[in-house]
Amino acid sequence: MTVIEAHNIRKSYGSLEVLHDVDLSVEEGEILGLIGPSGSGKSTLLRLLDLIEPANAGELSVFGIDTVADHGTWLDLRRRMGMLFQRPIVFNSSVYDNVAMGLRYRRAPGDNIDRKVKEALEAVGLSRYIKSRAIDLSGGEQQRVALSRVLVTDPEILFLDEPTANLDPTSTATIEAIVTRLNREAGMTVLISTHDLAQGQRLADRVGVMIAGTIAQTGPSREIFREPKNQQIARFVGVQNIIPARVVSRRGDFTVVEAREKEILSATPPPAEEVEMVVRGEDISLHRRKPGYEEAENLFPATVTAIEPTAPFVNVTVHCGCDLVALVTARRAEALGLHEGMEVWVSLQAKAVHLIPRAER
Amino acid sequence: MKTETLSGDPLREDDEGTPSWWNGRWRRQVDWCTVWFCIMGGLLVGITVLALANIATTELADPAHLLKVAASSQVIESILLTFGAGASAVLLLILFGTPLAYVLARSRPSRFKGVVESIVDIPLILPHTVAGLLVYLLFMRRGWLGAPLSEIGLAFEDALPGTIIAMLFVASPFYVNTMREGFEKVPVHLENVARTLGAGTFTAFRTVTLPLSLRHMYSGALLAWGRAIGEFAGVIMIAYYPFIISTLIYYSFTTDGIHTSRSIAFTVILASLAVFYLLRRMTRYLGRYDDRV
Repeated sequence: MTVIEAHNIRKSYGSLEVLHDVDLSVEEGEILGLIGPSGSGKSTLLRLLDLIEPANAGELSVFGIDTVADHGTWLDLRRRMGMLFQRPIVFNSSVYDNVAMGLRYRRAPGDNIDRKVKEALEAVGLSRYIKSRAIDLSGGEQQRVALSRVLVTDPEILFLDEPTANLDPTSTATIEAIVTRLNREAGMTVLISTHDLAQGQRLADRVGVMIAGTIAQTGPSREIFREPKNQQIARFVGVQNIIPARVVSRRGDFTVVEAREKEILSATPPPAEEVEMVVRGEDISLHRRKPGYEEAENLFPATVTAIEPTAPFVNVTVHCGCDLVALVTARRAEALGLHEGMEVWVSLQAKAVHLIPRAER
Repeated sequence: MKTETLSGDPLREDDEGTPSWWNGRWRRQVDWCTVWFCIMGGLLVGITVLALANIATTELADPAHLLKVAASSQVIESILLTFGAGASAVLLLILFGTPLAYVLARSRPSRFKGVVESIVDIPLILPHTVAGLLVYLLFMRRGWLGAPLSEIGLAFEDALPGTIIAMLFVASPFYVNTMREGFEKVPVHLENVARTLGAGTFTAFRTVTLPLSLRHMYSGALLAWGRAIGEFAGVIMIAYYPFIISTLIYYSFTTDGIHTSRSIAFTVILASLAVFYLLRRMTRYLGRYDDRV
C-alpha cells in the first residue's frame, strides 16, 4: 500500500524556491532514505510530508487521504506520524514529562501514559533518567529522549530529519538500531534524510537523491550508487571517475566508448553519442603484472601518476590515455608496492562502467 | 607604597593636597571611562532623586495635611479608579494584543506587515493630546464607533469606558511590541516539535510558546499599565470625569492651589512606587527561560 503520494510539490519562502517538481511515493513498511547536499530541501520536504507546513502547489495524499482538498484532517493525520529533528530538542521539564507530551496532547488516560512512557524509555535505554531534567542530559541522550517521545505515540510513519548529524557514533548506532528494529518488527514506515551516504546505504531499502530542490533519482541504493542518472548525482554519491567519452560501436552486448583514444567496454546501452563514463574507484582493480586469468572485460596497462592516502583507503591515479582514480585498501597498496611512475595492469568490469549522456555546458 | 600609605601622616597628606587612599590601590585601579559614565548617569538619576527629595521634605514637614489629603475619599477613589481602569485596559490588551503580537512575530516580512507595524506604533509618536483627540472623535456620541455603541447603552464621553479606551489606545504599542519580542525569541523549532507530537496550532501556542513568553507578557503588561495610569492628555479629551489621578491633580492645582495638589501627587508617588516595586519583584518567580534551544 502506498502511504505517501506526492506530485509536483512546490514550496517557496518569499522569493526563494526551496522545492520544485517533487514527485515521491512511499510504500508502507519501507525505509526510504533521502540523501542530498545541505540546502537541497530535504528538511523542508519532510516538514511538508509531516503536514507541519503546507506546500505552495502540488498534490499530496497521506494514508490515501488527499491533504490538499481536506485540510480539516491534518491534525488527525499528523497524529499518525512522528518526526525526529536534527537538533536534539527537549523541553525544560523532567524526562518523563517530555516523553509524555504526545500522549497528553492526545488526551490519553493517566495510567496508560505511565505505562507507555516507561516502555519507551526502556527501549532507548534511559529508564534510569526518568525523573531527571531533560536539559541536563548529554546531546546523544537528549536525542534518545526525543526519539522515545516520538515512539510513545506509535507513529505509522516516522520522519527522521538528519537524526544523527550531531551525535557520537555510539548514540548514532543506538538510534539506528532502534529504527531498524521498529521497521522490521512493527512494520513502521520510515523516511530518513541524511547527508551521510553510508547511513543512507546502511538503513534504506530505497534511496532518493535530492539535488537543488527536487528529487533527482530514486531507486535501490545499489542503483543510486552505481548507476547515477546524471553528473550531479554521480558527484554527490562520491563517484571518483566521471570521464567524457564518445560511443564508437557496439560489440556483442557491450558498448565501446573511446576516451582520449582509449577504448573501454561498457555494459550500459549507449544513452547518447557523447557520453560520460561513470566509474566508482572501488570497481577498478590494480595488478602488478598482467593477470593470467581475469573475467573483467577491460584489461590494460597504465602508469601510476599519483597516490593519495585517505585512511583506510588509498586513492591511486593511473594514466592510460585518460586518468582513472582507483580506490584500493591501504594494505593492498602496500602489497602492490605502489609508487609513482610504476607500471601496473588495470582491470575493470564492463558492468562497472556506467554511461550517462554528456551534460550540456 | 602600601605601607607608606598605611603609616601615612595626615598632616603630610594635607601638604601634598591628596588623601592617602588616593595614592594607593584606588589610583591604580581607576577606569576613567567608567567613572565619567557614572558621573553623567548620576546627573540624570540625580534629577529624579532631587525632585523626589524636594517634594518629600516639604510634604513630610506637614504630615497632618498630607494624611488628611491622602485619606480623603476623593483621592483614594481616584487612585483606585486609575489603577483599575489601567488594569482593565491591560486585560483588554492581553486579550487582543497577544494574538496580534504572535502574528507579527511569526509572519514573514512583507509590505503589509510593515504597514501594520507602523499602525501599531502610531500612539507612540503622536502627541498625547492628538491621541486623545483621535479617541474622542471616534468614540464621541456622534463618532463612527461612539454612535452605534451609545445606541446599545455604552457611553464613552465622561464615563469610565472612555477612560479605559483612551488608556488602551496609548498603552497598546508598549504591550504589543514587548510581547512580540518575547514571541520572536521562542524558536519555531519548539512549536514544530509540539506539532509533530500531535498538538494543534493553538495547543502548541498554549503549551509551548505562551509559557516561554510569560515574562515578556508580564513586563509588557507592566509597561502598558504604567503608561496607562500615567495618561492625562489622552484621557481628558474624552473623559474629564470620572477623575483619574492625573486629572484630579490638575484640577486641584488649578482650583485649590499647589498645596493640595502636591499632597495628592506625593500620595500617588508612594502608591505607585509600592505597587511597581511589588510587581517587579514578582517577575523573578515567573516564566521558564532556560529551555530555549
